[in-house]
Amino acid sequence: MDEKKDILILAIESSCDETAASVVRNGREVLSNIISSQIALHTLYGGVVPEIASRKHIEKINQVIEAALSEAGVTLGEIDAVGVTYGPGLVGALLVGVAEAKAIAYAAGKPLIGVHHIEGHIAANYIEHKDLEPPFFCLVVSGGHTHLVRVKDYGQFEIIGRTRDDAAGEAFDKVARAIGLGYPGGPKIERVSREGNPEAVVFPRAHVGDAPYDFSFSGVKSAVLNYINGCRMKGEEWNQADVAASFQKAVTDVLVENAMRAVQEFGVKKFAIAGGVASNSTLRRAMKEACDREGIDFYYPSPVYCTDNAAMIGAAAYYEYLNGTRHGWDLNAVPNLRLGER
Amino acid sequence: MRILALDSSGLVASVAIVAREGKEAVTVAEYTINYKKTHSQTLLPMLDEIVKMTELDLNEIDGIAVAAGPGSFTGLRIGSATAKGLGLALGKPLIHVPTLEGLACNLWGTDRVICPILDARRGQVYAGIYEFDGDDLKIIEEQMAIDIGELGERLKSLGRPVIFLGDGVPVHRDALTESIMAGYDIAFAPANMNRQRAASVGSLAIRYYQAGRIETAARHKPDYLRVSQAERERAEKESAVKKRAAYRKDNLQ
Repeated sequence: MDEKKDILILAIESSCDETAASVVRNGREVLSNIISSQIALHTLYGGVVPEIASRKHIEKINQVIEAALSEAGVTLGEIDAVGVTYGPGLVGALLVGVAEAKAIAYAAGKPLIGVHHIEGHIAANYIEHKDLEPPFFCLVVSGGHTHLVRVKDYGQFEIIGRTRDDAAGEAFDKVARAIGLGYPGGPKIERVSREGNPEAVVFPRAHVGDAPYDFSFSGVKSAVLNYINGCRMKGEEWNQADVAASFQKAVTDVLVENAMRAVQEFGVKKFAIAGGVASNSTLRRAMKEACDREGIDFYYPSPVYCTDNAAMIGAAAYYEYLNGTRHGWDLNAVPNLRLGER
Repeated sequence: MRILALDSSGLVASVAIVAREGKEAVTVAEYTINYKKTHSQTLLPMLDEIVKMTELDLNEIDGIAVAAGPGSFTGLRIGSATAKGLGLALGKPLIHVPTLEGLACNLWGTDRVICPILDARRGQVYAGIYEFDGDDLKIIEEQMAIDIGELGERLKSLGRPVIFLGDGVPVHRDALTESIMAGYDIAFAPANMNRQRAASVGSLAIRYYQAGRIETAARHKPDYLRVSQAERERAEKESAVKKRAAYRKDNLQ
């Protein structure tokens, strides 16, 4: 291992509304991390419009990849493999990255490695925690996903819990819209919550009876809508910051509670969070406190590695590369790809 | 010179190498399939097959031509992203070939007016109107999204025999024959030339390349001829709001 030369991965990510490319050395060292965000554009529509996202990806993708290579100071010839997100995500958006990555890998004579988007989010933790190695548990929370994952080894996963309805980030977006904050919901709710009282309104903490690690967020979302409608009917004022803070607390409580139940049940020693919602400071703080109480190590990525990025795909691709994963030129986008499948 | 050409704008996936030496241009290889697999699964393996069969060094091509719209939005992006990735890795320029001009070149040399049509749904077709003037493809009407009846009116006003091709033909053939163009001299292209073919895209691209009509891989993007549904609905909503506001202003003063 020590005598082996460095492995450089060029990684590409286009599963939703960020066009991203990165060069990562040995799975842990980020040489460049370029992200072209479309958030401002989709804000006009109150959420991500798949066709618009796909059109923007194709307009930006070469510039993003060229910037990633030049910022890293490497040529395509020096790259060892090309990694790309091939699912899950918006199919039209994924296809841009997949077709581009395949063509680059093919023309440059490099191996192609398709990466699962969630595997990328989990691997984001490797970038800043050089000591973190499997096994550990990871809570992946984003606009599209809420998964409690047992990371058995590099590239080996078992999903312990998942959402039965809305993803946590989706609930943030819907509630943000309902209380007049708009898109994107996560950062906006976090900001106004700082001025609010998280105990002001008690929203339900939903538990899924037969599955102790599963989540459900549609109930808390409906409770917020009902609360606001109730206030309107009665002609009562309601406080946006209080509602936002109380909602955020309700979601955080459930995430922490289910996570810690798994920690106790499985005797977990290391716990990590990942995904866009993992950049929420209230969640990070609550999870840190809970892990401290349990006496276990807690890991979380910097915000830039929580939201969609290609560095995390490069980190995951590196371990897939070591495991021998290679995809053919017929690699397709798989919008509902399951974790651990290929 | 050698051009690699791709067309995944419709149900057909097609890859070709077209070469020109002096005055002589030939198709070195062409691989066309019209099958239900997605272009994402077929296009690059087809190129790989051509590269192996013809012992082609991709570094020796001069440019990458792609049928860049109109067509299926997703199909166009698979073709364009593939061309852009190849262009980036090989350091080669791209040649943006309008899909319907490429299709018209299937019928190089005909005396008839050429009208390629692609099914655009919502009662429309993507169509262009072309003719050959000696060796040159001349554009009578630029490619557009148009109602099939309106297209018929424009063709009839030319007063010339017409030949149709493209995947819009099976959708509109009966209407064209029996009503829209009834009594006019029309024909439909046969199986060997009635769908997208990358060799046609490539042979037109050679002319574009020589005329300096090239672009960088980074700048290339498809030309959809239509905005997305979300943008259309938003524009309609805004114009309705503006109309209402104008109405109020005019009537409530």
